[in-house]
Amino acid sequence: MELLLASAVGVLTAAGVYLVLRQRTFPVIVGTAFLSYAVNVFLFASGRLAVHQPPVLDDAATAYTDPLPQALVLTAIVISFGMTAVVVMVALGAYLSSEDDHIDDQPESGDEGAQS
Amino acid sequence: MSLFLIVALPFLGALLPGLMIRAGRQACGMVTFLVTLTAFLGLMTHLPAVMAGETVTARLDWMPSLGLNFNLFVDGLGIFFAGLILGIGLLIITYARFYLSREDNMGEFYTYLLLFQGAMVGIVLCDNVLMLLIFWELTSLSSFLLIGYWKHLPEGRQGARMALAVTGAGGLAMIGGMMLLGDIAGSYDLTVILQHRDEIQASPYYMPALILILLGCFTKSAQFPFHFWLPHAMAAPTPVSAYLHSATMVKAGIFLMARLWPVLSGTDAWFILVTGAGLVTMVIGAIVALFKNDLKALLAFSTVSHLGLITMLLGTGTPFGAMAAVFHILNHATFKAALFMSAGIIDHEAGTRDITRLGGLRRLMPVTFVIATIASLSMAGIPFLNGFLSKEMMLEESTHTTLFGYPMLVPVLATIGALFSAAYCFRLIAHTFLGPQRESYPGHPHDPGFGMWGPPALLVILVVAIGVAPFLAEPLVKTVTAAVLGGTAELPDAHLKIWHGVTPALWMSVIAVAGGIILLLMFKPLSRAWAAAGPPFAKAIFDAIIAMLVTIAQAVTGRLHDGSLTRYAAIFTVTVFAVTAHAFFSGEVAPPSREALPIEPVPMTAWILLVTATAVLLRYHRNRFLALILMGVVGLVVSMAFAYLSAPDLALTQLSVEVVTIILLLLALNFLPRYTPVESTAGRRLRDGVISVGAGVGAAALIYSMMLRDFVEPSISAYHLENSYKGGGGTNVVNVILVDFRGFDTFGEIIVLGIAALIIYAITEALLSGPVRARLLNRPTEDVAGDAHPMLMVVVTRVMMPVVLMVGVYIFLRGHNEPGGGFIAGLVVAIAVVMQYMASGYSWASARQRYPFHGIIGTGVLVAGLTGIGSWFFGAEFLTSAFGYFRIPPFEEFELATAMGFDLGVFLCVVGAVMLSLESFSRLARRSDTEVSEFAMDIDPSRDDEAQTTGKEG
Repeated sequence: MELLLASAVGVLTAAGVYLVLRQRTFPVIVGTAFLSYAVNVFLFASGRLAVHQPPVLDDAATAYTDPLPQALVLTAIVISFGMTAVVVMVALGAYLSSEDDHIDDQPESGDEGAQS
Repeated sequence: MSLFLIVALPFLGALLPGLMIRAGRQACGMVTFLVTLTAFLGLMTHLPAVMAGETVTARLDWMPSLGLNFNLFVDGLGIFFAGLILGIGLLIITYARFYLSREDNMGEFYTYLLLFQGAMVGIVLCDNVLMLLIFWELTSLSSFLLIGYWKHLPEGRQGARMALAVTGAGGLAMIGGMMLLGDIAGSYDLTVILQHRDEIQASPYYMPALILILLGCFTKSAQFPFHFWLPHAMAAPTPVSAYLHSATMVKAGIFLMARLWPVLSGTDAWFILVTGAGLVTMVIGAIVALFKNDLKALLAFSTVSHLGLITMLLGTGTPFGAMAAVFHILNHATFKAALFMSAGIIDHEAGTRDITRLGGLRRLMPVTFVIATIASLSMAGIPFLNGFLSKEMMLEESTHTTLFGYPMLVPVLATIGALFSAAYCFRLIAHTFLGPQRESYPGHPHDPGFGMWGPPALLVILVVAIGVAPFLAEPLVKTVTAAVLGGTAELPDAHLKIWHGVTPALWMSVIAVAGGIILLLMFKPLSRAWAAAGPPFAKAIFDAIIAMLVTIAQAVTGRLHDGSLTRYAAIFTVTVFAVTAHAFFSGEVAPPSREALPIEPVPMTAWILLVTATAVLLRYHRNRFLALILMGVVGLVVSMAFAYLSAPDLALTQLSVEVVTIILLLLALNFLPRYTPVESTAGRRLRDGVISVGAGVGAAALIYSMMLRDFVEPSISAYHLENSYKGGGGTNVVNVILVDFRGFDTFGEIIVLGIAALIIYAITEALLSGPVRARLLNRPTEDVAGDAHPMLMVVVTRVMMPVVLMVGVYIFLRGHNEPGGGFIAGLVVAIAVVMQYMASGYSWASARQRYPFHGIIGTGVLVAGLTGIGSWFFGAEFLTSAFGYFRIPPFEEFELATAMGFDLGVFLCVVGAVMLSLESFSRLARRSDTEVSEFAMDIDPSRDDEAQTTGKEG
């Protein structure tokens, strides 16, 4: 199980980094979303894995999984939504203002160079 | 008056001038004057005690564990400097009131001046070197503002920058020095440090500490080779030059050398460094001053020279030298401030301060002539004026000082310095006031009003009074000297008097004065020779160093920080990979201590799904719509993994966040291009692939080895599990952690979420009020569904709405004990509302939205905050929760916890934030040609029936 989870984190991270290195805003946003998945799962797994041991107190339960990473990851998930939304808005604003969704500044085109 | 109040008054008072300037310049000046006067009188209440040899202290522990305490003390040295700062401050404030013109913003000027004053008083009164460093930096900053006060003058800006660069660099060095000193003494309290002379001088860190502290002092007090900033700071308004650059700030370095004299002085290193630098500065400053044609530049270099003199005296390490230094600080402050103010008057009235364009002013400006002449003669060392007395003591001390084994070296250099000093003083009088009256001056020279000549006149009266009756100043000088010596040496029994008999010092004085007159007579040929020899080069060197630093900084920044996000991301990833790889291969890895869980078929299937989806996404990510769908698949697998691995709360959260994220990205994709063009070369893609595979392998290896090992230290989770029910009253430990144990974190997080939503709203507003709005409204129509708001969807969402809301409430209520809670309930309810927007369109839904989403966010934060504050009324800490069990027949017994109020805040904030973000996006979607429908669905059979009926009837 650990191997599955670790390799999934690796795949998500690699995909995220690759997409973040693209040159248009949309793939970069998808890339950050993938990195968020990877990071959240990573943090969650730092509490070690357990099956059928939810951190809900119960007299019948013998052991519980680690609740702390779960609490931290829960807020991280919600915050990452907020972050994604802001980044999307910034990307959208930039695209709507300049008709260009490149992530980096593009070399000045000929006309603008002539004007300045 | 409390010492704290004396230090605080100028800072508090700094708020007033900016306000009072609305009531007029007179009121502004008066208020500033009164603030300083109050502080001055408050200081004087301590004078009797200090003169009696006592030390007044005020203590306030701030961060005792760091050794940072806000302790103040006033002894002879402190009251002497604080008195100079506040007393001369009063004169300068009066003078500046009349000096500043109508165009100058007087409120701003006095604010800076009071800030500076407060910082200076702080330096001289504080008993903690860490606080001293803070005040020290504050003087650098406020003097930067004052020097650059005339922002329109390039010289002012350059001078301010140079002063800040030099004194700021010195301040940095001094931080190091003071840290070392405090470390050796074991305390950062000055009074304690001053008790540890032997330990400090025996410590191997004595030399570094000494050099670093002296760097700070020398830069501040303009000692060679850091003297060059002072003449350039003369671009400041003259009141600033008179205050900062003659009487106070440049004496801060001297003050510190005097303050630390008991622990630092007396060693060979101290003697050679301090006396050597002082001597060189004294001679160079005096020589350069003679050839300066700008009155203020002349005075600036003469100040450099006199600061050198004082430094040299402190360097000798003898009690007599210390006494002479103290006396000269007093005398220099009086005559030099008077001279600066006179130079300001000449500049103000004659329209220039270029000596070559002046001369013959004695009849036009008789009052100024008298003041400037007396002050200059005092500086030249003419008997019956105070400058003579301390210069005599300096020369006397120099005859007893042997540097580098040459007994004649110091006396000869001191005489040369005094000689040039006399020469420039005579030149100042002769070339400005004497000589034939010119036919025209740039301005109309005349004496100014009393407000401008009164302050320097008062100082000149002191110059004469001390000069004629030195015994008046003796008690003060002796008290201050005793404070400088700090009990390490006997107070010298020499008295301040005019006639000491025929001593070598007298002969040196005679030589200096006579030589000065001869130099003045030979001035023209000398000046030509000086000009031919080339001007001083300190500024050129400084500029070259700065230019070199700028070039290096630009080269480094330009390469690393070129504005390309892609580049940063790549550099960052590679760096992290390299650092972690180094750590991994250089460290030792313990053997696995945990058994791996078995791989079941279901997780295996999910894993295959995830990897396949990711692989397909990477292959076809240019099709953005497809990428979104695949992203949704991955998100679902992640939430399933959470559910499987005993994290029900996470699974619920991930699922609902997934829904809103996909809706959000769909809305965005509505405006963005649908496809990503192929731009990167194959090589670049390969490079990116290598980097990302590296990152992926690294992350996987790290978490894999981590999961197979136990915690190094026992984690705090056990505490949470144990106290969740007992202390927090809930069985869902994750929820109790969120709303109780770590409630403060959660409080911060919901605020961040709210801010994010407001940013999105603000950007939307900005876009819709700019040129983008027209472009959006008139963008080309794409193929749209004929039935944008289908009946099926409308009906289903309406039916589901109450159900989903009920689920939301249920999840919210059970959250404390079962999986659920405010975050998840908020997301679920937001989805219920979003569905209505999707089904019937933005206009229809928002017309029925009664509460603005900003308000919901704000209410959420308020509710959460008030719940936290509520615990204050029960004497508990912020966000302490309480709970109890209640029973209202016929219901089952149920629990009420204050944490529920907090969770309600979380819930409201999440609903508001999610909705505000999504709503903002949909506001962009309006276009000019779409009609705003008042109906919930486009095609509605019941409406058709109605129309037909009315049609038939009509």
